[in-house]
Amino acid sequence: MFATDFQIVLPEVILAAYAMLALLFAVYTGKDAVAGLLTWVTAGLFVLLALWIGAGGDGARTAFGGMVNDDPFSRFAKVTILLSGAAVLAMGKDYMERRDLLRFEYPVLVALATIGMMIMVSSGDLMTLYMGLELQSLSLYVIAAIRRDSVKSTEAGLKYFVLGALSSGLLLYGASLTYGFAGTTLYSGILSTLGGEVPLGLLFGLIFIIAGLAFKVSAVPFHMWTPDVYEGAPTPVTAFFAAAPKVAAMGLLARVTQDAFGKIPGDWGQVLALLAVLSMFVGAIAAIGQRDIKRLMAYSSISHMGFALLGLASGTAEGVQAMLVYMAIYVTMSVGTFAFILSMQKDGVPVTDIESLNMYSKKEPLRALALLVLMFSLAGVPPMVGFFGKFYVLKAAVDAGMVWLAVLGVIASVIGAYYYLRIVFYMYFGKEGDRLDGDISPVQWVMLVGSAAVMVLGVVNLFGIDSLAAVAAETLVR
Amino acid sequence: MDDLLREYLPILIFLVIAVGLGLVLILSAAILAVRNPDPEKVSAYECGFNAFDDARMKFDVRFYLVSILFIIFDLEVAFLFPWAVAFKDVSMIGFWSMMVFLGVLTVGFAYEWKKGALEWE
Repeated sequence: MFATDFQIVLPEVILAAYAMLALLFAVYTGKDAVAGLLTWVTAGLFVLLALWIGAGGDGARTAFGGMVNDDPFSRFAKVTILLSGAAVLAMGKDYMERRDLLRFEYPVLVALATIGMMIMVSSGDLMTLYMGLELQSLSLYVIAAIRRDSVKSTEAGLKYFVLGALSSGLLLYGASLTYGFAGTTLYSGILSTLGGEVPLGLLFGLIFIIAGLAFKVSAVPFHMWTPDVYEGAPTPVTAFFAAAPKVAAMGLLARVTQDAFGKIPGDWGQVLALLAVLSMFVGAIAAIGQRDIKRLMAYSSISHMGFALLGLASGTAEGVQAMLVYMAIYVTMSVGTFAFILSMQKDGVPVTDIESLNMYSKKEPLRALALLVLMFSLAGVPPMVGFFGKFYVLKAAVDAGMVWLAVLGVIASVIGAYYYLRIVFYMYFGKEGDRLDGDISPVQWVMLVGSAAVMVLGVVNLFGIDSLAAVAAETLVR
Repeated sequence: MDDLLREYLPILIFLVIAVGLGLVLILSAAILAVRNPDPEKVSAYECGFNAFDDARMKFDVRFYLVSILFIIFDLEVAFLFPWAVAFKDVSMIGFWSMMVFLGVLTVGFAYEWKKGALEWE
């Protein structure tokens, strides 16, 4: 009984044991001298675990009395999280080394955060939900402030910590209300213990839980920490924030709403719909005034989370499938774009002003082209894969009878296209001025060009992720 | 009803002793102690700081580190007590769970030691 339980969470156990061993190994040997090695080993382990989980059969199992799930949904999310984590670790190493930021704690903390995310997406109980969420958040607070001598980085870490603690408080309050009214913390038991009628207190609990999770996915109106944290944290850390934690938080939101409250979609659907519409519009409009590409990407991520929430708000299996596809595409685009941002520098100093991209295409035509593809894809321009992500989400909303949501989504998407296209405009038709210099590291080049290539080649069949996502969504929505 | 109340008798005794001992200590200080006040002695005491000062003063981050470390091991003890009291009933799973928990804490402790977090200078 116990042995099978541990077999199900074996990837997490291995990763946790690895994180602790790596910490001890590094602190007893070369300290920061082995940080580069640890980064590579951690990234390699992520890829191995992703392959293992991805190949790990099908079917759904539960462990520890239903507290942990192992089903196609959690596997899909885990593979996305692990691969994006590995990509971000690999492409950020060069940047951090050059600026003397690479501490050996960094890969260890990323590994710990990743365990938290893996637990989040496979949670089957409010306890495991909170455990995973806190492990993830605490590690992220620390790596946001990893540049200790920079005021902005420490401010980012502190801001993230205080607001994150507030959101955890909201979530815990919701969880305790839910437990009080339902008498159980198991997702599967929350609604089945009640005889049809949903008490008001349980609704309050549900709303508080959603509010707490909306903080973590940075959905409007719980988004205010995002731009400051994205701007202040070192760029590799920002790249990590923009990828894996979003997938984990979205996966968790899908799990809570569908697994625990799946029988009352009307009650949370409208909340998610409101969050989705606000996020799409605030993300699209507020980004227009941004000159800093990291802040711009923060608002861009808010807007993208709005679209992913649109899929969840429709409350159908199709919607969950659309959300998963959207997140996988978003993460790929985000990794590629951040690989480019990591390479932006002038005289060895990192630059994040978008004006510095003026006439970039003349100097580096291939990289400019790759970024053009990614920007078009982020904007959702038809030939690129990003369009299909949006298309799936909007279709799910229309099929669920939320035509007005889909219409608003299209409008927000058009507004948002402006600032993506402005970057392309600067690169190809901007005025002459100071240009970026410096080379891109090979890993960053591979990530940038590879992700752009995926955005073009994926048009054929999306590499089959839509059918995988369909299977994953099927297990969640019953 | 009486049986029920009798179960709480130890708590009542405990409360009486606690309040009594507290009163005795305070009162004996007031009655027996030699008094020789000066401004330093009667001012409120706060460890390491002036009692009335700007709340936004800087203080050494090592205070914070030590207090955080204290909290961690304080919590460890809070977990260990009930575990030890119920040791007969916790089964092998309970035993090994605690061993794993202690192991994880030990890893953290070894890390902070080697990292030099415990050295004051």
